Amino acid sequence: MTLDAKIPGGPLAQKWDRHRFELKLVNPANKKKFDIIVVGTGLAGASAAATLAELGYNVKNFCIQDSPRRAHSIAAQGGINAAKNYSNDGDSVWRLFYDTVKGGDFRAREANVYRLAQLSCNIIDHCVAQGIPFARDYGGLLDNRSFGGAQVSRTFYARGQTGQQLLLGAYSSLMRQAASGRVKIFPRRELMDLVVINGQARGIVVRNLINGQLESHDAHAVVLATGGYGNVFCLSTNAMSSNASAIFRAYQKGACLANPCFTQIHPTCIPVHGTYQSKLTLMSESLRNDGRVWVPKQPGDKRSADSIPEEQRDYYLEKKYPSFGNLVPRDVASRNAKEQCDLGKGVGETGLAVYLDFTDAIKRDGRDVVSSKYGNLFDMYEKITGDNPYETPMMIYPAVHYTMGGLWVDYNLMSTIDGLFVLGEANFSDHGANRLGASALMQGLADGYFIIPYTIGGYLAGTRFPAVDAGHEEFKNCEASVHQKTARLLKIKGKRTASDFHRELGLIMWDYCGMSRNETGLSKALGMIRKLKQEYWENVNIPGTGDEFNQSLERAGRVADFFEFGELMIVDALHRKESCGCHFNTAYQTEENEAKRDDENFAYVAAWEYAGSGSDPILHKEPLIFENVKLSQRSYK
Amino acid sequence: MSAKRINLTLKVWRQSAGEIIGSLKTYSASDISTDMSFLEMLDVVNENLIKNGEDPIAFDHDCREGICGMCGSVVNGRAHGHESNTTLCQLHMRHFSDGDTIVIEPWRAKPFKVIKDLVVDRSALDELIQAGGFISVNAGGAPDANAIPIARETAEAAFNAAACIGCGACIAACPNASAMLFVGAKVSHLSLLPQGKPEAKKRARQMVRKMKELGFGNCSNEAECEAECPKGISIREIARLNREFIKAEFS
Ligand SMILES: Cc1cc2nc3c(=O)[nH]c(=O)nc-3n(C[C@H](O)[C@H](O)[C@H](O)COP(=O)(O)OP(=O)(O)OC[C@H]3O[C@@H](n4cnc5c(N)ncnc54)[C@H](O)[C@@H]3O)c2cc1C
Ligand code: SF4
Ligand code: FES
Repeated sequence: MTLDAKIPGGPLAQKWDRHRFELKLVNPANKKKFDIIVVGTGLAGASAAATLAELGYNVKNFCIQDSPRRAHSIAAQGGINAAKNYSNDGDSVWRLFYDTVKGGDFRAREANVYRLAQLSCNIIDHCVAQGIPFARDYGGLLDNRSFGGAQVSRTFYARGQTGQQLLLGAYSSLMRQAASGRVKIFPRRELMDLVVINGQARGIVVRNLINGQLESHDAHAVVLATGGYGNVFCLSTNAMSSNASAIFRAYQKGACLANPCFTQIHPTCIPVHGTYQSKLTLMSESLRNDGRVWVPKQPGDKRSADSIPEEQRDYYLEKKYPSFGNLVPRDVASRNAKEQCDLGKGVGETGLAVYLDFTDAIKRDGRDVVSSKYGNLFDMYEKITGDNPYETPMMIYPAVHYTMGGLWVDYNLMSTIDGLFVLGEANFSDHGANRLGASALMQGLADGYFIIPYTIGGYLAGTRFPAVDAGHEEFKNCEASVHQKTARLLKIKGKRTASDFHRELGLIMWDYCGMSRNETGLSKALGMIRKLKQEYWENVNIPGTGDEFNQSLERAGRVADFFEFGELMIVDALHRKESCGCHFNTAYQTEENEAKRDDENFAYVAAWEYAGSGSDPILHKEPLIFENVKLSQRSYK
Repeated sequence: MSAKRINLTLKVWRQSAGEIIGSLKTYSASDISTDMSFLEMLDVVNENLIKNGEDPIAFDHDCREGICGMCGSVVNGRAHGHESNTTLCQLHMRHFSDGDTIVIEPWRAKPFKVIKDLVVDRSALDELIQAGGFISVNAGGAPDANAIPIARETAEAAFNAAACIGCGACIAACPNASAMLFVGAKVSHLSLLPQGKPEAKKRARQMVRKMKELGFGNCSNEAECEAECPKGISIREIARLNREFIKAEFS
């Protein structure tokens, strides 16, 4: 296998225009002859499905939840970036491009990132036209805020519910197309297998979650927009049904998985407080605009926040990074929080938390202003913890949040399987080793509204399709293997629940493949996971049958894949003998304890090819060539 | 805050499938931390049921942070429980006392069929949106985002309506199973904004018609919907819907 990223020639700023001109077009009258499957209804999936239908294709759109509107994107809080420069503070497409490449610690493709920055402006235009109630200033124009890793104000937001509003916009466009009949929606369906015939992705097998029945669907192309795999860690800010299964099935069918070890730990989440806990809640990073992060100077200081005088507080981010202060990128903020807690300066019952304090902001701007910006976040915090952040500082701690790795895609967002396209968090494309805040929503929507509609046309127009339908024998084979796997899981009837195993797996991943890693820990974790996985297949207890609504079975299938995925993440982390962005190997750090890259040997995308169960995956390298930015040591001082 | 441990008795609606008759079954939930969310409490009960070879309680949930609208049950007669402005996943056990009995039932409304236990089919809500809950704009043709200034108060009012999470509690709470709050929220959100005005009449007319067609009841101003809505959607949105509808019918 050779990886060809298909990056168009010519100067960076003209690549996308040129490529659009060079892509073949599907004659408008022919579009309705093409069937496209879109799996996922998050920002990436819903925007893609709606837009492809607007163009005239026949679209089938699948999701796990009971309605497309509930995809995990709904939970995004803080905002979406765009290089509009409405703030007149020096932003430009180039600066957004540069910030993203630098924020990603120089492990992303220049051409993709530049295109993303270019399209960012179109997204905001389209979303406003859809009726998204973005925040506005008193003159009636759109308001912006700042996010970590940037010194300009380029983040558009809708209170603390930006993801919800953007998703409802995409969902409304999708519903409009569903009404027109060009999209058929299949909710409560879970992808169980990808069907590849003659080297082309031609369909999927899904389980109808209401009655357990398998269904086969054929198409000319398949688009996966199934989100991230952060739930490998069990506790994360992801929704409960977020999974690695969909992209893992594609991997097993020949799509390479890129940089799986690049996972982002978000610095501002509500700390863990019990073993029963089912998920971690993010407190938007936008809070760092006005909240000040601190811990007591004295390790072991157990006094309450208000009884620690100013001079005995350590505002460690402001001290260490005077120019970015509390707004350093996420990986830097997270590692510093861990470092403070490791020094014994952590606060709260577990000592695994730092303060995020709004006292000064409230003094400066008044409670009303603070409440208008963050009211709903404060309420959410109080609901969960019982503490009132207007009165006592919030306690926060890092939590798994986003996965930069994902299926490898070329410039057209096509994977290494012909006709399998991957959008949104499910692909690896634009964020390198660390994603900047407010950039995932931008990427998902750029992929869905403005990239796939062109690139899929190029593929469809330039490809010959042998006649295939869901009666094809390969669909039968896939269904049979799904049945077999389900039967095997159900037969075990052991002693432990799938959730119980999941929790144990998550802890291993968090301890050894989380915020910082080292070779000994990773190797140890690999052994632990393999052992636990073996026990899983001997001792998991799944009640019920496969022919009914069975949430335990759903979960068990996903956990089975988390084991496989966790292993691959560790293999990837072990092989990358450098630190970069969120991949922080303690053996490779600068004197200032920052990630120390090895550009000579590791400036590449690691794309793993499946080699069969029990065999080591095969590594392919896509070299990253930087023609427009100078690789430098990131510094946020 | 510090967590306490409490013991509870649950009476939960069990119904193994849509066509089978259900009933309330009693379970005990012991040693529940008051820091748990309601759904985490159910997780604990379910883990024990599985260990004892029993069928766990099916309930819908996903984000567990009050935004996806997937969760929801009637708890002691109240949709999403007794805390106001709170989804079931954000209801915490510190609002219950040791020894409490909690009755948990699915949304009950004609258009929402039970799938299993507490899980119901809410696809009628998607159908309502399909009837007109959108602005007809294709990707690609939009003018610059700042081309049309929108007064901040207008944007805020539109937002208040747009905050609906589509959970269906308003319908479950309404004695007539009316979807007026849900539809009112969408109609208001879009018709308040200049972008949504051209289609405002058509939208109101079609969504109301669809509501009747799907078997939702009429609004008789009970205001139960507003009381149970986890997102504080106001019945003013219903008044706005009525105005839009009247405009549509008489023009
Ligand atoms: C709490 C939180 C806050 C965030 N805030 C921000 C922010 O402020 N700004 C920002 O830019 N980013 C933010 N992010 C990140 C961002 O929300 C996500 O990266 C992005 O929304 C992912 O969108 P997506 O469309 O790729 O996938 P998702 O929204 O995760 O959608 C996945 C879809 O795929 C479907 N699916 C998954 N697996 C299967 C399967 N096996 N079979 C069938 N269907 C399947 C699901 O049902 C769903 O419809 C946040 C993330 C979290 C967790
Ligand atoms: S109006 Fe309120 S109760 Fe009704 S669906 Fe929307 S959020 Fe739920
Ligand atoms: S689980 Fe999403 S709102 Fe409750």
